Amino acid sequence: MTEHAKAECVMLAERVLSVKMRFLAMYKRANAGHIGSSLSCAEILVFLKFAWMRDEDTFVLSKGHAAAALYSVLAEANLLTPCQIESYCEEATELPALPPFNVIEQIPFATGSLGHGLPVSAGMALGARFNGQDRRFFCVTSDGELDEGSVWEAALFINHHKLNQLVWIIDRNQIQAIGRTEDVLALEPLDAKLRAFGFHVITVDGHDFASLLAARDECAELWTLRAAPVVIIANTVKGNGISYMQDTVECHYLPMTHTQYEQALEELKRAHTAFSHGQRDAG
Amino acid sequence: MRTLPFRTASAMRAEFAQAMVALFERRKDLVFITGDLGYMALEGVAEAFGERFINAGVAEQNAVSLAAGLARAGHLPWVYSAAVFTVLRPYEQIRNDVCLHELPVKLVGNGGGYAYGIMGATHHALEDVGAMRVLPNMRIYLPLVAADVARVVSTMADDPLPNYLRLGLAAKLPGTVPAFAPWRKLKPGRSRVVIGMGPVLQGLYELGDRALLDELEIWSVGTFPLADIPAELAASIQEKRAVISIEEHYRAGGLGEALSHSLLTSGVIPESLVCLHAAGYPSGRYGSQRWHLAESGLSGPPLASRLKELLRA
Repeated sequence: MTEHAKAECVMLAERVLSVKMRFLAMYKRANAGHIGSSLSCAEILVFLKFAWMRDEDTFVLSKGHAAAALYSVLAEANLLTPCQIESYCEEATELPALPPFNVIEQIPFATGSLGHGLPVSAGMALGARFNGQDRRFFCVTSDGELDEGSVWEAALFINHHKLNQLVWIIDRNQIQAIGRTEDVLALEPLDAKLRAFGFHVITVDGHDFASLLAARDECAELWTLRAAPVVIIANTVKGNGISYMQDTVECHYLPMTHTQYEQALEELKRAHTAFSHGQRDAG
Repeated sequence: MRTLPFRTASAMRAEFAQAMVALFERRKDLVFITGDLGYMALEGVAEAFGERFINAGVAEQNAVSLAAGLARAGHLPWVYSAAVFTVLRPYEQIRNDVCLHELPVKLVGNGGGYAYGIMGATHHALEDVGAMRVLPNMRIYLPLVAADVARVVSTMADDPLPNYLRLGLAAKLPGTVPAFAPWRKLKPGRSRVVIGMGPVLQGLYELGDRALLDELEIWSVGTFPLADIPAELAASIQEKRAVISIEEHYRAGGLGEALSHSLLTSGVIPESLVCLHAAGYPSGRYGSQRWHLAESGLSGPPLASRLKELLRA
């Protein structure tokens, strides 16, 4: 890894710690669930915002149930105010548990009902093509969401029209609302399915910035070749980083007790300190 | 303008296709999306629109969300399919991606009511207006005669709201029909006020009973939500006291229901309101649009008997 890439990973690690601390506080204050869903995509969202997307690019969180992570990333980028963040899930808030419509400029579509994000992103990407704009569109779906037929309708369309400026990222945490994806409605072999649809498939560790950086570089190369639309299968862990939540169905739903919240903060800080020490020792 | 291969003249969709081409002459932000329908109807549109004509395949959910994304990117997308597929298959996409966001997506449903005739129940749209009426920000347009279509298309293009356009076989009415409007008086009459939506009104003129027709003052509704009751219509209702509504649509969510609410809340209260509406498939048998309309009592001898019975009351 280059020095520049290493520095980028350190910066991103700082950002994601701050983003996670913020959304855990939001969840705790609101006594809300979907914490595991936010933890599984936190690194992806941070990476997109702080290491990949340009001002003219657009992000759609199709798995709207991880809205707290999105709000926290936007606050990290000073695009939401602390006051807005404190109002999360309060009465009369602009920030409900799932993304709102026509309120936040960086949220072009209210999501939450699954299977909408990819097709609306395709529409915006096609619109940008008609406008002659060099804009990119990043859409994060969940894996359980792939049960929705509309996702595959969009997948057909994206490939037929070679909407290469759209990057689809699948948060592959293996768990959907009340079970494991492979037990509920098996998706595997997912990469082969997506390849058969015409996508260039990149598989990454969705919690590892070095892995995400490599995917970004691969995409940059593909874009120069105008090869094929890209899908990134980001292997993740639901509730990642918090020992009592990790890889459980429960963390899709349950809010944190006071003790669990303290434990979560402690574990995140400890992991971050270990990462920082590792970086320093390696340097 | 070039000569375009429009080959079906009787259906509204021919006028619709011509109107789209004419609109594209003055507005380049249009995108036309079809759900793989429009054989011998949309060829001219495809030719004129070039890359802005998209056959999105038999995938209505994607087509509607796609249109919402295009509208978000500053375009004016039109989504065309059979009415039942335009409205019901992608209903949540219309609600969430289009209506909630108040995006100017123009949904076009060909074959409203029983217009697909012998194709059968899966191709009929008897609840499309009701389904669209309950959605936020949605405005519905219901042309009556062929000449309405171009005007409606132009109006929809300037309407910043999501819209639904219900096409069918255009009515052919005697005399001059006033230009498309939310409310139109089609003819005077002695004792009853009839209010209808769309081409089903033609059935009233085809009864072959001049004396019966002379009794009916006929009005056409062109948009939902219903515009305020015009003063002339209010005066007629106050005078005649009896209103009959007629629609090629189920009773639930249709014109009769909307009208009863509108009359009651505006204080224009008749002594009687009889709603004539589609009955669905009471015999379990199938036929042409005309056959289904008759079975529902919306045309032919069954309509004539029903009206005579009402006039005797």
